[in-house]
This record gives sequence, C-alpha cells and structure tokens, in this order.
Amino acid sequence: MLLQLFEQTLNGIQFGVMLFLIAAGLTLVFGIMNLINIAHGVLYMIGAYICASVISITGSFWQGFLAAIVGALVVGVVIEVLVFRRLYYRTHLDQVLATFGVTMFFNELVRIIWGPTAIYASMPSFLAGHVEIIPGAPFPIYRLTIIGAGLAAGLALYLVITYTRLGMLIRAGASNRAMIDALGVNIKLLYTVVFGIGAALAGFAGLMAGPLLTVESGMGNDMLILALVVITIGGVGSIRGALVASLMIGVIDAMGRSFLRPVFSSFLPQTAADAAAPAIASMLIYLTMALVLIFRPQGLFPPVTR
Amino acid sequence: MPFSAMFFRSQHSIAILVVLVLLAIVPPVAAAFNDDFYVGLATRVLIFAIAAISLDLIVGYAGMNSLGHAVYIGVGAYSVGILNFYGIDNGFVHFGVAILASAVVALFIGASSVRTSGIHFIMISLAFGQMLYYLAVSVNTFGGDDGLRIASHSNFAIGTLKDPIVLYYVCFAILLVVLFLLHQLVESRFGMVLRAIKSNEARVVSVGISPYRYRLVGFVISGVVCGIAGALLANQNLFISPASMHWSRSGEILIMTILGGMGSLSGGILGAGIYVGLEYFLSRVTEHWQAIMGPIIVLVILFANRGVFGMLSAVRRGRK
Amino acid sequence: MKRLLKLGLCIAVLAAPMSGMVQAQEKLKIGVLSTMSGPGGVMGRHHRDGALLALEQLNGKLGGVETALVFGDDQQKPDIGRQVVEGMLKRDGVKFVTGIVFSNVLLAVYDPVISAGAILVAASGGPSEVAGKKCSPQFFSTSWQNDQAPEAMGKYLNDKNIKSVAILAPNMVAGKDMLTGFKRNYKGMIAAEIYTNFTQVDYQSELSQIRAAKPDAVFVFYPGGLGIQFVKQYAQAGLQKQIPLYSVYTQNETTLGAIGDAADGSYEAGFWSPDLKNPTNEAFVAAFRKKFNYNPSEYAAASYDAIRLIDSGLRQTKGNTSDTNAVIAAMKKADFQSVRGQFKFNTNHFPIQDYYLFKLTKSGEGNTFYRKQESLILKGHGDFYATNCAMK
Repeated sequence: MLLQLFEQTLNGIQFGVMLFLIAAGLTLVFGIMNLINIAHGVLYMIGAYICASVISITGSFWQGFLAAIVGALVVGVVIEVLVFRRLYYRTHLDQVLATFGVTMFFNELVRIIWGPTAIYASMPSFLAGHVEIIPGAPFPIYRLTIIGAGLAAGLALYLVITYTRLGMLIRAGASNRAMIDALGVNIKLLYTVVFGIGAALAGFAGLMAGPLLTVESGMGNDMLILALVVITIGGVGSIRGALVASLMIGVIDAMGRSFLRPVFSSFLPQTAADAAAPAIASMLIYLTMALVLIFRPQGLFPPVTR
Repeated sequence: MPFSAMFFRSQHSIAILVVLVLLAIVPPVAAAFNDDFYVGLATRVLIFAIAAISLDLIVGYAGMNSLGHAVYIGVGAYSVGILNFYGIDNGFVHFGVAILASAVVALFIGASSVRTSGIHFIMISLAFGQMLYYLAVSVNTFGGDDGLRIASHSNFAIGTLKDPIVLYYVCFAILLVVLFLLHQLVESRFGMVLRAIKSNEARVVSVGISPYRYRLVGFVISGVVCGIAGALLANQNLFISPASMHWSRSGEILIMTILGGMGSLSGGILGAGIYVGLEYFLSRVTEHWQAIMGPIIVLVILFANRGVFGMLSAVRRGRK
Repeated sequence: MKRLLKLGLCIAVLAAPMSGMVQAQEKLKIGVLSTMSGPGGVMGRHHRDGALLALEQLNGKLGGVETALVFGDDQQKPDIGRQVVEGMLKRDGVKFVTGIVFSNVLLAVYDPVISAGAILVAASGGPSEVAGKKCSPQFFSTSWQNDQAPEAMGKYLNDKNIKSVAILAPNMVAGKDMLTGFKRNYKGMIAAEIYTNFTQVDYQSELSQIRAAKPDAVFVFYPGGLGIQFVKQYAQAGLQKQIPLYSVYTQNETTLGAIGDAADGSYEAGFWSPDLKNPTNEAFVAAFRKKFNYNPSEYAAASYDAIRLIDSGLRQTKGNTSDTNAVIAAMKKADFQSVRGQFKFNTNHFPIQDYYLFKLTKSGEGNTFYRKQESLILKGHGDFYATNCAMK
C-alpha cells in the first residue's frame, strides 16, 4: 500500500510537470503582458505536429526537436504581430474570445494540412526503456525525461528572469509598464520577444507530449483548460505558483483516480462507490480550483504588481 | 414607463423594431415559401437570444464575465427532461422547476464566485461549469453522456409546445417579456448600482453599498432567465445531453453576446442570429467552416467589439 | 461608410449559401450526417468516403434512380445533429439518413428521422435503447450494436481459460455498456474494473493499478484518440510484453497509424477488417485505397454497405420510395453482397454477423500495423437487446 502510494505520487508529479511545461508559457505571457491566451494550446499542438512530421521525414529526433521549437516560435510571433499585440490593453473577456477564435482557426488549419487522422509521433530510441525506482514497478525513462525537462525549463526561466538583462526588462515591464516605455525601451519588441519565449515553451511541451499522447487536431484544448486551472490556482502570472500548482494538481488527480474508489467502498455500497468515484475523480481538479479561489481569490502565489 | 416609450428612447430603437418585426413574421414567410425548416432554425435563434441576453445582464452591465453560462441551459433543459422521465408533462411544473432549479444553482455558484473578478471570475465560473458537466455525464439514470430523450413537450392546460409555430411564438413572447423586464431592471436603481459597480467598485463601496448582494442578485436573475432558455431548448429538441453544458458552449453564448454588442440587451438577438446562422450556413458550405468562423470572431473582437449594434450607431454617427 | 460596407459583407456572407442551395428536385437524396469537424472528424471522413465510393460504383444511381448525397456535420453535438437532420428532412427532402458516429447524436436525431417517415441506416454503433425498447422498423444498422464486439471478446477469453482480466473504459454510457457486454460472456475473475475520465490524456496512474492487480489479460474500450494514448502508454510502460492487451473499437484503421509499434502483439475483436477474405471486400478495399489513398475502417465499410443496402431495397421497389413499408420489407432481406460476407438482419434490424479475433500485425510497408484475421469467435452473433424489441 505504501509502495503504491509512493508510485502514484510519482505518477502525479510526472503529470504535474507535464502540465507545468504548458502552464509556464501561459503564465509568463499573462504575467508580463496581462494577456490570457487560449491559443496557447494551439502552439502546443503545432509543436507536437511539427516535431512528429519532421521526425517521420528525416528520422532525426534532434531535427524534429529544433523544428518544433522554431516552428512554434515563428507561428507565435506571427500571431502576436497580427492579432495579440492589439489585445494587450483589452479586457480579459476580449482576450479569451479573440484567442478562442484563433484556436478555432488553427485547429481547422491543422486538419486541412495534416488531415483529420491522428498522426504518429515516434519516441527517440535513446529514451525508450525503463528504470525500477520502485521495486516491481518499472518507470519509463521517457516520463523521467519529462520530469527533467520540465524542471529544467522552470530553472532556465528563473535564471533568465533573475540574472539576464532581458529578464531585468521583463521584470521591469511587469511591474511598471509606463516607466520602462518612458526609459526608451522598445516595449513592443520586448513583448514580442516574451510572447516568442512563451510560444517556444508551448512548442517544447507539445513535442515532449507527442510520443505519450494523441497528436491530433484539438489536442491542445483539454490540456489548455488544465493549464488554465493550474495558473489560476498558482496565482496568474507567477511561475513559481504555476510550478507548485501543477505538482499539486498532478498529485491530487493521480490520488483521486487511484484511491477514491477503495476509500468510497469502505463506507458506501459497492455500486454507489463505483458510480461516484470516477465522477468525483473527474471533478476533483475543478473542485480544488473553486475551493482555492473561494478562500484565496488571487490564487496561492499572487505576483506583486504595481 | 410604457413599453413603446422604452424602446423609442433607446438609440437603437429603429434597429430593434425592425429585427422584432422581422422575427414576428418568420413563420408566415416560411409557410409562404413552404419551408418550415427555417422556423426551427429561427426558434433556435430565439432561444439562444434569450440566453445571450441573460448573459449580457451580468457581462455587459455588471462586468461578471461568466464562462459557465451554458450550465443554466443544462439545468433548465434537464429539469424538463427529468420531470418527463418520471412521467410529469405539466408545463407549469416544468418551467416552475426549471426556474427554481436554475435559481438554486445560480445562488450556490454565485455565492461562492461573485466576490472574485476579472480572470478569476472567468475561471471559477468555468470550474463550476465543468463540475456540473461531469456530474451530468456521470448520472447514468438520466442518460449520462448519451443524453436523455424527452418523451413529450411541456403541456400547459390550454395546449402543448408541440406545434413548431406555437413553440416559436412562445419563445418570441418570452423573448419580448425578458427584454422588457431586463430593460426595466437595468434602468432601475438596481441596474444603476450594477453599472456603477462595474465601472468603479471602490466608489460604490465608499457610498455604503455592498456590491456583493447586488452582484449576487444580478447573477441569479441571469441564471434563471438562461434556465428558461434551457427549458425551451428541451422542448425544441426533445433531447438533452451534457454536450449542451460543455464550456465551449458557454464560450459560444458569450460570443453571441459580444457579437450583438455588450450592454445593449437586445443585441443578443442579433448576436444569436448571426452566430447560429453563420454556423449553419458555413458548415453547409465547407467542413472546414471553423477556419472561417475563427477569423470572423477575431475580427469582430478586434475591430467591432461593441458588436453589431455598436457598428450601427457608428454608422449613424459617421453620417452626421 | 466602411462600417456599412462591413455590415453589408456580413449579410452577403449569410445570404450567399442560401441562394446556392436551391437544387433540382428530381434526384433521390440521402443525408449523410456525421462528425466532420473536431477530434471525431476522422470517423466522419471514413463515413463520407465509404458512401461516396459506393455511390460512384453504382454509377450515381440507387435502384436506378439518380441519387445525390447531402453531407452534414454534427460537430459531435447532439442538438446540432438534430438541427442539421431537420434541415436535411425539411429542406432537402432526404428519404434516407445514414452515417452518425456517436450514440448521443444518434439518440438525438432518432425521433425526428423516424417521425418524418424517413429511413435511418446507422453506419456506426447503436446504443441499447435503439436496439431494444425504442426499436423501429424504419431503423437499420449496417454496423453493429455496441455490445456485440465485447461479448465476442469476453467469449474468446473465457474459452481460452484466461483466469483473470483487468477491464477499462472511459466513464461514459458506451464504456459501461462495453464492460457489461464483456462480463456477459466472461466468467473468470475481474481483477480490476476501472473507469477513466473521457477527457483524460495520461494513464500512468491506471497502468500502475493494472500492474498491482496482476491480471492475466487486459481488456479495454478506448475509441479514437483515447485509444491511441492508452495503447501507446501501455506499451511504453512495458506492460504489452507482460500482459496481453485485448480491445474493441480501439485499434482500427482510424487509429493504427498513430499508435504505430505500440500495437504490436495486441488483439482486437470485430465483425470486419480490411483483411477479411471475400471477393466483395477485397474489391472494396482495393478500390477505396486507390480512390482515397488510405485504408478504410469499419466506419467506411459500414457506410459503404449502408448505401448498398439502400440500393438493394430500391432495386426491389424499382426505385419507388413512396411506399415506405415496401422499401423496409425489401431492405430487410439484406439482398446485397456485403463487405463482411454473409449476414442477415435481426428482428430489431441490427445485423446478425460473424465476429473475429484480429491480431495486430506489422504489414510489409512502412511501420504500419493491420488487423490480421486470427480466428472466428462467434458465428451469426446477434445482439443482446433484440428480445426487448417488439418487432418480429
């Protein structure tokens, strides 16, 4: 039982880190530009599609890797210049709806280019295989890689924001937009750069998720909702909050899925437990978010601004 | 204030009147062309117009951007469906329960969410929406995700909603009543306070008004009106499934509200008409219709975010 | 002025399709309602292409009557499906409606089609309600009743004397039906019965539970994208080599391309695969691949058969659709060469057909797997709910 608990915690952490990969870019863009970007899921999807296609043509994982990140970055910058740039000073409602429209367009565009059938995303052979962290329960190396990649991405973001000149500008932009504009910093360019980073992060999340998940049109929709939940719980704009909330949601979700049923059947009749457990398990994430927001309306780690 | 005066006072009076007259003559025109399919499509427009108008009350006037409004469509429709499941076809009971159930659900959701604002309100409304969606999916007795077939239309002592023309005019009448009552509401002191809260909450607090109660009441009224739309939808489709409560549906209602023009109530009619119409006709033209619909939404938000009514008044100003 | 122009443009966009849709009224019209957009859209494409091929091979005529297909997208939303079907019935005057991927859409359009006096030919899945209490003479299925395949798989594992099985499905009505169907014929031990959220993407937690339950086999129902994820993750967890995976409606031509190597060594039960050896099927698969350049699935096959079933009925009535009862009586004979070989209609108009075990096997070309016919599990297998249907 204890081993199982440990194993499910590990599963939860792994899923949580995958969520963080998506949520990081989302919360970064929100934190700096105050933009809630529903189309973040599209960039994730594009990363997965480009990586899978390039690998199937060239056979090289690294070429796919590079192409996916560059591809997501380019698409991100293009939609930033064409559409999102006009949304930074609009209400969150306008942002949600406009980026929802962008999502509709790209989901359909992907179907036009790649067809409606899900495509194959191969796993790099050097990441296949398992390690037995827990005796008797081999854990796929690829999933460990995702944990590593997510934490690395988080660390890189932290280092860039804390120690580089770009990071300094980003921090300045987040805390006082008018001031750095007045200081002669090209804020438009800065925003495009930040959006590009967010897009590249989404592309990275997509290419990492490809071998595990279904690469199909609309694959970003459900993940995006989860990522939104994560950044809301963490405090919108806070990368640290996103990390904590991702892990929290990942673990809560895994626990709910594996232990609600045995727990329920200890005090409910079996049929009632069978019906209630999966229902509650699927609501658990949203229940958590509602509870957090009721007691801490700004999320767990609201960033200090202005 | 008399009904007509209310409309003529508004700057969109002519447009509203034209739209309402056009809507009133849909069934006879469709009958003349022997094409009663359009009555069904127009009924759908009316039902979603009621939903969009109800959402406008909280989005346009109170700044509560709900991304979970489809929940009340579901609550209203499931009220009719579940009562029917137990053999109750009395229309007064149907609509009574639909109103009561939506009020209770809205009160519960509202009580825990109207304190938040901005993105947090969007997300918490989404969270409750998803919870109720999964609840509907999980209850097998009422069809789960497969949905619930409804045996018969709401039966009012004087007749049922079975005849499409009757249903159409009932929806039309309810739309008018809703429009009238909500118009009265937003023009009343209550409505003034709501708008004041939207534009400057701190100032409202400083004059000694608690925004919480006003917002909550507005939220519940909005939910109830949307619940009525749900009960009507159940009567039109004789079917309800959780898909009608999915968050993307809430997004669609929101888009209808914006398309028509926020804070104009009657704009919801245009918004619903344009959205339902575009969806139907574009999807007949190409299976890739979403690639056209998406950019239309983006353009509306970017360049005409005051909706079609906003465009109309801008045209008028341009002429001057 | 610019704004006026914009508004005018909006109205033009709205009005243009209306005028273009006035067509000649002479043709027989068949509505193909399916999920064309969104993640379920791949099934819709199979439906569409299967129907197109059948009509083309019949030279555009069913029962000698010039026929047009009217396609409609239900977006996987029941109320949209209903609205589209009403358009087909009232505006286009279709006499037959076919396609329909999801049971919730089928349930939503069932009443309007039946009460309009049209004939509904389901080209994928049928929920128990339609097969049982709510059956109608105007309904036919050239596909399957949901429970048939899991019943076959249950029987196979039971006959094979597999001691214990872990069974999984998404937490939806079809999922529960599938596992119930499986348990109807499987009498061994159920080591674990797990229902997952149907928007779930990661199954690692369930895979740990399976490993802990130590079953001799795993049986799953994960349609579409869910199945791609599940099978890939099952293989990546190293479980494929330890515990064989048996599935229904999970590993087929709509998903195998994306599943890739992960399908290796698993099994699927069904009434049809491209591999099925009969002349009609071989000709169908070859023609389909030639025309559309991809492998047909059972959705395409059932859609192809649906058009041919309608043709067989109309041939007997000499193209006359006015006497619906005569058309129904003629269709009921199933007097055409089906891609599945011999089959007949049950009292509830669902097929009584053979069920096979397919082994997922690597094909010669590329990395793709196909369903290789392994053995016949059930001959002339009808569905469980026919006894609840009042029709004789």
